[in-house]
Amino acid sequence: MSADTLLEVRNLKRYFPIRGGLLQRQVATVQAVDDISFDVRRGETLGIVGESGCGKSTTARLLIRLLEPDDGTVAFDGRAVATSDGIPVRELRRHVQMVFQDSYSSLNPRCSVEDTIAYGPSVHGLAWEAAKARVREILAKVGLDPALFAARYPHELSGGQRQRVNIARALALEPKLLVLDEPVSALDKSVEAQVLNLLVDLKRDLALTYVFISHDLNVVQYMSDRVLVMYLGKVVEYGPVESIYANPRHPYTRALLGAMPSMDPDRRGEHATLTGDPPNPINPPPGCRFHTRCPYAEPCCAAAEPRLAADASVSAHYTACHMLVPGSGHSAAPRIAA
Amino acid sequence: MSLQETIAVAPIAETLHRARAGRSYWARVRERLLADPVTMTFATLLLIIVAMALAAPLIATYDPTSGSAFARLKSPGYAGHWLGTDEVGRDLWSRILYGGRLTLLCGVAPVAFALLVGGSLGLVAGYRGGLVNSFIMRSMDVLYAFPSILLAIAICGMLGSGVGNTILALTVTFIPPIVRISETITTQVRSFEFVEAARASGAPSASIIRFHILNNVLGPILVYATSLISISIILAAGLSFLGLGVTPPNAEWGLMLNNLRQAIWVNPLVAALPGVMIFMTSMCFNLMSDGLRSAMDVRL
Amino acid sequence: MSASGLSEAAIGRRAEAAVSRAPGPLVRCEALTVRFVGREGAVHAVNGVDFTLDAGEVLCIVGESGAGKSVTLRAMMRLLPDHRTQIAGRITVGGKNVLALGRRALGDLRGAEVAMVFQEPMTAFDPVFTIGTQIIETVKRHDGLSEHAARQRALELLEMVQIPSPARRLDSYPHEMSGGMRQRAMIALALSCRPRLLLADEPTTALDATVQIQILQLLRRLQRELDMAVLFVTHDLGVAVEISDRIAVMYAGRFVETGSVRAVIRAPQHPYTQGLLASTVHGAMRGRRLEAIPGAPPNLAALPPGCAFAPRCRYVETACTTAVPPEVWLDDARMARCIRVTPGQSE
Repeated sequence: MSADTLLEVRNLKRYFPIRGGLLQRQVATVQAVDDISFDVRRGETLGIVGESGCGKSTTARLLIRLLEPDDGTVAFDGRAVATSDGIPVRELRRHVQMVFQDSYSSLNPRCSVEDTIAYGPSVHGLAWEAAKARVREILAKVGLDPALFAARYPHELSGGQRQRVNIARALALEPKLLVLDEPVSALDKSVEAQVLNLLVDLKRDLALTYVFISHDLNVVQYMSDRVLVMYLGKVVEYGPVESIYANPRHPYTRALLGAMPSMDPDRRGEHATLTGDPPNPINPPPGCRFHTRCPYAEPCCAAAEPRLAADASVSAHYTACHMLVPGSGHSAAPRIAA
Repeated sequence: MSLQETIAVAPIAETLHRARAGRSYWARVRERLLADPVTMTFATLLLIIVAMALAAPLIATYDPTSGSAFARLKSPGYAGHWLGTDEVGRDLWSRILYGGRLTLLCGVAPVAFALLVGGSLGLVAGYRGGLVNSFIMRSMDVLYAFPSILLAIAICGMLGSGVGNTILALTVTFIPPIVRISETITTQVRSFEFVEAARASGAPSASIIRFHILNNVLGPILVYATSLISISIILAAGLSFLGLGVTPPNAEWGLMLNNLRQAIWVNPLVAALPGVMIFMTSMCFNLMSDGLRSAMDVRL
Repeated sequence: MSASGLSEAAIGRRAEAAVSRAPGPLVRCEALTVRFVGREGAVHAVNGVDFTLDAGEVLCIVGESGAGKSVTLRAMMRLLPDHRTQIAGRITVGGKNVLALGRRALGDLRGAEVAMVFQEPMTAFDPVFTIGTQIIETVKRHDGLSEHAARQRALELLEMVQIPSPARRLDSYPHEMSGGMRQRAMIALALSCRPRLLLADEPTTALDATVQIQILQLLRRLQRELDMAVLFVTHDLGVAVEISDRIAVMYAGRFVETGSVRAVIRAPQHPYTQGLLASTVHGAMRGRRLEAIPGAPPNLAALPPGCAFAPRCRYVETACTTAVPPEVWLDDARMARCIRVTPGQSE
């Protein structure tokens, strides 16, 4: 691992059993996250996009260890997480924090803003008074006047303010990496812009690294340096943001980008880029998981799962598609150079 | 934006202008309670009843346990007996006062103890989940299988009569429902994101339960518990009625009701009095419980 | 059967309706005001909304949460809770005054002439009945068809909204279908009696992007084929551009700008619309700071006198805070509620 890599994820897997029947036997499995690997570089923003059921929220929780992976490794700053000679989870929590989506249910309605933010530092040993002082500092940083807001309760805040408190809570432990799980999805458009500006400022001022998860492609394009596209628990495309948006290689990425409503009334699409609904993550299709909806699907796609492969022309842009792998058996695949 | 959110009278998204900062949830509940006329009326009534019971030694006119054969079942006003006398000639006013003490004790104490024990058990079961949860809840199910009055009778029958045993029996009867409601709510609260956030900050379970879960769970459990008080009073009265609870010559409203049963033909007013007191007190607790529930239904 | 899946009888019905259609707009809303009276005071959700909607036209009401758009929509069908709501104004649909209708007439109106599609299809369907049962029930109520004929019609409808294996889906329960399919089923239910006006309350907000575009295109196609007027509520400008002919921007219970979608998007007049467009994130803004509208939406229980947007407006003057700005008509179809806009200007 290079000194540049802050977080290294290898072959991460997480399945959820579904129990049914009289004796609650396992009848099916939700393969929420299935063998994903990626790196997060120091100081960058890695965007993760996908639709519902793709596993991005599960990935977020795996990164901060709210869920235990069934397989695979996560290494933070060179040290493997939750191993005997690596970094223990409690210490990981000081370096990696999460901002949740629903600003409303992620704040305890019975606790004031001050209590909520001071709680984290206090369980790590900081005295309550010192914790309160830190709360004031942080509130100022996220744009909330401590004199006005420290004593307020969540129901007395607007959506944007609650999200700022959420961010403040995550920053209270002075983490290096922030995992943001759809931080602006539940906000109004006018407030969304404010919060995004804040996130950009904080990243610069505090030298943070972000993992930014969203279903909104526009926001991800604006915020991220590199992008990971997920589908049904797998990574289908991964690379620099300009490359992915300008030249998407995977059919799913192309469909996603094509599904964005245009802001030009004269350029309305007549045909949707993708038909059907996202399939169920329970018992996913064999081979390439996207082949049931892919306009270019061929028999080889159902037979074998494509691996992430680098694109010859653009460095660091990886795609998992048989059409790009020489010798995969797909009619559109490039021929193996003689 | 769902219709409910749009209609919410104190819309969350628009409370920027609320200059009074920091009204905690309990402060708002208290405000709403104080503003509710029905609850306040019955709370005052209850306060009067409790005050009278507590002040029994000061305002009772006669010894509640000694009576005179010559003054049996007299109507109110006879020779200084403000409410008349019972079937053995004891002053009813004094017996009502002293009886109130025991009845209220038998109403509140079991619920308080059950709240302590049952609430904690439910919290643990809800938070831990898995085997611990199964063990606790299935044990409670065993007790739940008995109708409460039968359970109380059985325990009292085993232990014998008396105030202490009554309280013990009623406590055991009330623990299962409180455990059940406590576990349900804890399981719900546990799935909220702010608990996840607390775990994500590295807090140990005990701290999370104390700081985050407890104050969210307390409200609904309290409402349920206050509604149990009136049931407890009636059960205690029932136990005394059956001879299992408080024993003569102690005064307790249920006991008095039993003893005065025959007198309904002779002096209905006097015979009905303890029943009226039981009814009124239960009503007060019930309506206060209702008021608490609607005050706590603060749209957050 | 025609391309859109309409039966002969249905086409005949539509032809009748076209002939009998009265001149003038299908929907006329005048001075609509809605207040909710509650324990902690009154909330002024809608404060004087006027608009007209022609048959076959799509009007999109765009606004943020709390702007009053859902409330306006529900007022059109009188779906608001009676005891807490005070509605004033006049709403006419196809010549009928909706606010003055009796219960039976209202029941006839809902479903048959005016239908609604909700945001969350899971809660809009009754979970204990199959989709087929619910559609058949509506069809029988309004068109008086036999069970068999109603089932046929339900099948036609499911085909029309492009649900695969429609015969099987008729006997499915709502929870057995995916979000996108449920939304299609809801559209089928809404269209079952050929309403002249369709009310859509953020129907695609809860859906994934790839499904959202399918539903929007479906709605557009159906609207054109059935010549339906649609009143569409959304907070997403992109969705509004995708589906509407005209846009009305709503803020704090009032329309602050209306006009054709091209005119409003290309040359917004009201500072709020300008702010919304400027703060709508898209990739081309990468690297630049977003122009955010400062502040937050107002408290509907305590609206400021004068323009509701004044506290957040960069062009605010004293005159803005004294009185609510009147509607300024730039031409026949273009309105902005701002004192900086002069009538007759087109840019």
